[in-house]
Amino acid sequence: MSASAAEIEFRNVTKLYPGRARPAVANLSLTVPPGEICVLVGPSGGGKTTAMKMVNRLISITEGDILVDGVSVRELDVTELRRRIGYVIQQVGLFPHMSVGENIATVPRLLGWKRDRTNARIGELLELVGLEEGDRRRYPGQLSGGQRQRVGLARALAADPKVMLMDEPFGALDPITRDRLQNEFLRLQAELRKTVIFVTHDIDEAIKVGDRIAILREGGVLAQYDSPAAILARPADDFVARFVGADRGLKRLALKRVSEVELDPARDERLPLVEETTTLRDALSLMLAEGVRAVAVDGKGTLTLDRIAALLAEDD
Amino acid sequence: MIPNFGEGSECVRANRLFCWDWARDHWDDTLQPRLVEHVQLTAYAVGIGFAIALAAALLAYRFRWFEGPFGAFSALLYTIPSLALFQLLVPVTGLTVTTVEIALVGYTLLILFRNILTGLRSISPDVLEAARGMGFTRRQTLLRIELPLALPAILAGVRVATVTTISLATVAAFVLPQGLGQPIFDGLRTYFQTKFIAAGVLAIALALLADAALVLLGRAITPWARARRTA
Repeated sequence: MSASAAEIEFRNVTKLYPGRARPAVANLSLTVPPGEICVLVGPSGGGKTTAMKMVNRLISITEGDILVDGVSVRELDVTELRRRIGYVIQQVGLFPHMSVGENIATVPRLLGWKRDRTNARIGELLELVGLEEGDRRRYPGQLSGGQRQRVGLARALAADPKVMLMDEPFGALDPITRDRLQNEFLRLQAELRKTVIFVTHDIDEAIKVGDRIAILREGGVLAQYDSPAAILARPADDFVARFVGADRGLKRLALKRVSEVELDPARDERLPLVEETTTLRDALSLMLAEGVRAVAVDGKGTLTLDRIAALLAEDD
Repeated sequence: MIPNFGEGSECVRANRLFCWDWARDHWDDTLQPRLVEHVQLTAYAVGIGFAIALAAALLAYRFRWFEGPFGAFSALLYTIPSLALFQLLVPVTGLTVTTVEIALVGYTLLILFRNILTGLRSISPDVLEAARGMGFTRRQTLLRIELPLALPAILAGVRVATVTTISLATVAAFVLPQGLGQPIFDGLRTYFQTKFIAAGVLAIALALLADAALVLLGRAITPWARARRTA
């Protein structure tokens, strides 16, 4: 656990909007360990965004409590609470009248940082999120969608918050840009170790970025809270199984790399070659494409179809 | 009968369309003082009108119910013919600058109120949500986010209000001998063409100049509005 992370605990949290019969979030209890990414995922009406927005009190809590670092969010001054939590939204919400640098400096300025410190921080963050120093003076209107989202991320990270809330941050991007930003976000997270609550409706994104996934069903009921591998291997019920998709076996294989499994001895026959960093899913795909039942792993041994099937069977 | 314009050049005595020598000779005692008064009448009217419209628009932005009544009130003022409005006001406030300013301010309210309110309401909800989520107070949101983002719409309103007021302020001469309306009416009354043409041209030039100045001001204070993606 690093010093820059905090635990987030939902304690029997319920949100009931006035005039509604059913709660948007019902008796939600879960704990996000420090430095981990918890993805809230589920169909619309599952209350995932509502659950996230109760952390920085953009939405009030009807019943229960949310603790950040052991302190109830209800006890803190609301603006102070929000300044301590990084916030990234789908449409980015950059301030169009402020330059990239000014956008990034938002929270430091609200906190009254000295100008030198803020300026130095802007430089650091531009580099961190893969923007150029020259972008500092540009306006959001002059940036591409991907660049804007990078600025949004830098802005949320500016005051080095322990907790980050991300509401479908990559939802509006094209698939290629989204994939690249997801990878860069994971690379950043490996370094920064923030406690992140990440909302998405895309189960593939949840599996890719989440250390843990909370699947919420309609009415804001927690269906399952577990690691991606565990959810794919052992869905709690039919709803979860349907939500993760009929291809959950393949999704599980995508989580494992060839280097992580036991190999059979190398064979003499000529087999298609894979690398140790190849995912099992890609290895399987290669076998199917080539019409063989095994692939050779870069001189280290052989990966067979039987071995892959056995792996999948282990947990089911 | 040929009117007698007293001393003057041959051009003035013949009352030609426009006599440069008259304009030059009476710049100091007639045209320039009236021009300065005209600028003052306009500046006060737009300034006071802006303050009232801004306050009203902020109220209507926060409390929606206020939009209807104030909108109706300012629209009513806008529809009253200016001469009729002067007639209504003179018994109360007399032949004073107050009468003129009340009327002129009244005509700016509708345009300014509508533009300020539209500017505030057209801000993207994502931007406001981001501001709230990052810990801006209401006051900080208004001063640092909402008003700056409404500036292009606000400035567009100020341009229209200013040009309209410059034109309307000529009518003020019915009430008191100030502004460029005074030489215009005087020239019309005495059939002296140079006088009303000179004053009229000055009023038009003033309107164009004020409009151009406001456009330049707008560009200077909203550099982001013109910055579009180039790459």
